[in-house]
Amino acid sequence: MAISLKVNGATRSVDAEPDTPLLYVLRNDLELNGAKYGCGLTQCGACTVLVNGAARRSCVTPVGSIEGNEVTTLEGLGTLDKPHPLQKAFIDEQAAQCGYCASGMIMAAADLLNRNPQPQEADVRAALADNLCRCGTHNRIIRAVLRAARQNGRI
Amino acid sequence: MDAPRLTRRDFTAALGGILSFSLVPKVALVQEPARLPGSLQTNRTLDAWLRINADGSVTVFTGKVELGQGIVTALAQIAAEELEVPLGRVTMISGDTGRTPNEGQTAGSQSIEQSGTALRMAGAEVRALLIGLAARKLGVSADTLKVTDGVIHAPDGRKVGYGELTAETDLKREATAKVPPKPAAQYKIVGKSAPRIDIPAKMTGGAAFVQDLRLPGMVHGRVVRPPRYGARLDSFDEARVKAMPGVIAVVRDGSFLGVVARREEQAINARLVLIEFAKWSGGSELPDPAKMYEQLMSLRSEDRVIGEKDAPVPVGAKVLEATYHRPYQAHAAIAPSCAVAELKDGKLTVWTHSQGVFPLRATIARALGLQPRDIRCIHAEGPGCYGHNGADDAAFDAAMLARAVNGRPVRLQWMRDDEFKWEPYGPAMTMKVKGAVAGGRVVGWTFDVWSQSHNMRPGDPDGINLMGSWYLADAKRPGPARHAAQPNGAGDRNAITLYDFPRQRTTHHLIMENPVRTSALRTLGAYANVFAIESFMDELAAAAGIDPVAFRLAHIKDERERAVIEAVAKAAAWKPAAAASAMRATRPWPPTLR
Repeated sequence: MAISLKVNGATRSVDAEPDTPLLYVLRNDLELNGAKYGCGLTQCGACTVLVNGAARRSCVTPVGSIEGNEVTTLEGLGTLDKPHPLQKAFIDEQAAQCGYCASGMIMAAADLLNRNPQPQEADVRAALADNLCRCGTHNRIIRAVLRAARQNGRI
Repeated sequence: MDAPRLTRRDFTAALGGILSFSLVPKVALVQEPARLPGSLQTNRTLDAWLRINADGSVTVFTGKVELGQGIVTALAQIAAEELEVPLGRVTMISGDTGRTPNEGQTAGSQSIEQSGTALRMAGAEVRALLIGLAARKLGVSADTLKVTDGVIHAPDGRKVGYGELTAETDLKREATAKVPPKPAAQYKIVGKSAPRIDIPAKMTGGAAFVQDLRLPGMVHGRVVRPPRYGARLDSFDEARVKAMPGVIAVVRDGSFLGVVARREEQAINARLVLIEFAKWSGGSELPDPAKMYEQLMSLRSEDRVIGEKDAPVPVGAKVLEATYHRPYQAHAAIAPSCAVAELKDGKLTVWTHSQGVFPLRATIARALGLQPRDIRCIHAEGPGCYGHNGADDAAFDAAMLARAVNGRPVRLQWMRDDEFKWEPYGPAMTMKVKGAVAGGRVVGWTFDVWSQSHNMRPGDPDGINLMGSWYLADAKRPGPARHAAQPNGAGDRNAITLYDFPRQRTTHHLIMENPVRTSALRTLGAYANVFAIESFMDELAAAAGIDPVAFRLAHIKDERERAVIEAVAKAAAWKPAAAASAMRATRPWPPTLR
């Protein structure tokens, strides 16, 4: 059935069952690469997106449940040419080994900065505690989020 | 799309059996070609590595692949440095059986040594060739010319860009490795941290991973694995699954079971129904965790003494013994393995995050009865792997599903539980150490390590190390466990102590059975062996009543080893006396005294 979604500021219509996880609609119907499948069980955070500005695990969110809500993916934050401060900070800090977790980390961090524009390191650690990085890039990721927060303050 | 080429190594591999037993007298063969450095030895033409494009850009080909270690950027730096072009003018092509050199696996921290060396030497040689061409064109002597940013300058101000020389540049020639590479003192790009080429796309939603590949008409696959290693599929409800929405094909071959559907969630749902109604029999149980290490040590092993030094143990020496264990360890990549495969006009293309596209191609060919020339394996990044995980198996699974859907590309992704249950784990290990101290010195040292194989990758000459193939009706078999030569070793990596003891004996017990599927995980057996050695050195130091840092230094001859211990002690602000008493106060002592 046709479902209408607001993704990254645009209204999109997709033909999917309402119980389809949002993740597959974003990746396959809307061809957005940001949100990633890691576990399908809310455990890893790689699929994190924002729904009305708050972090949500798209792997278990039925697409039918978010009709009429604003969904933001990594692509909605910024682009290569005009990156969001978080994206720029992650690039500047080279905050990746494989980088598969990065989208989820950035989206969880965006949720944090929405709630708390000037977080301390402890706040960043707490906000990202449920996002897994298997490579061990945590320290760079924390530095990147703090850098973005400082950047935000200057804008 | 380039047609896959038969490389030298494939050719040798294909004829390996014939050549080994050939009765052709050696004198009839052409002279052995000169030994070339790094991977130039096995991929000998310059154009296998480098191409200069008409716009002055450079395309670099490497058989090594990006696993999150930054190697593709590092190799680009090396090529740019030697060619004297800006890093931004280099395009990297990596790990593609249709386009790149065959450099085996990207593993064991060998990429700079093998691929980097080849690119360094090839880069220097191509630069010299281009300068030679420019010299002829300008009518000046080559040694008067200077290169800056890919432009060759003559003293009189005339200049020629690399791009203008492409028509005359013939890189289809064997490398000589005779042109000296730049001295390190002249480096402008190498030795500095360059931003990684792959990171911007990963931070902005670019197509960065094999998971992000979307081909026209692509459909989605999932596989169903047995409930136990080795179980046979007796029956399943094919009709029920075929009637499910979106299902295009149910693929069964022996005990291999998979499904292809139009949409990804449809394939996932179909997999669940396949699992629900599938009936399996037989198979093996996993080791009992409570008795696992004893069970493993009781299995058939091939024992090899890898280090031995003899000297008498003085009478009255204090003898200690300790046993250390390492459990099985999952690679546990942040995402399960994935591959995209397409079978069109008899040609199979597989996009894979394998660490070795050439060994993978050769092994898929053997598993499916295809010719390597009819298969192209192309590397696309996956989540960090830390060794041999499910990547190669997923590539095989995708190929199996692609064969069933007539030309349509299939994106196959394992589910989370597929990866945890079926990827090859880093082996469980047992290290038994026995030591003797007398007069404050170690006078006897016996180290025994038991481990399954740390290398069951595709590319084995006898077996087919692709898990899905073991479940086909015409079931394939994995290769046997094999010893790896020291000093690299495998389960016995770093098992031979670097400390200088008058008497030592190190034995590697390679377990030949596989109660749990195992293969390569970061540094193989090294850290377990080092952990055992260093832990036991602490025990011996305490038995001798000597500060553990001083005790170690007393057993080191090599200056570099000494520097490591001293650096660690300094970084830890090591205080000898306090540390020694604290250790005795807080730990049960002795561990096992005989």
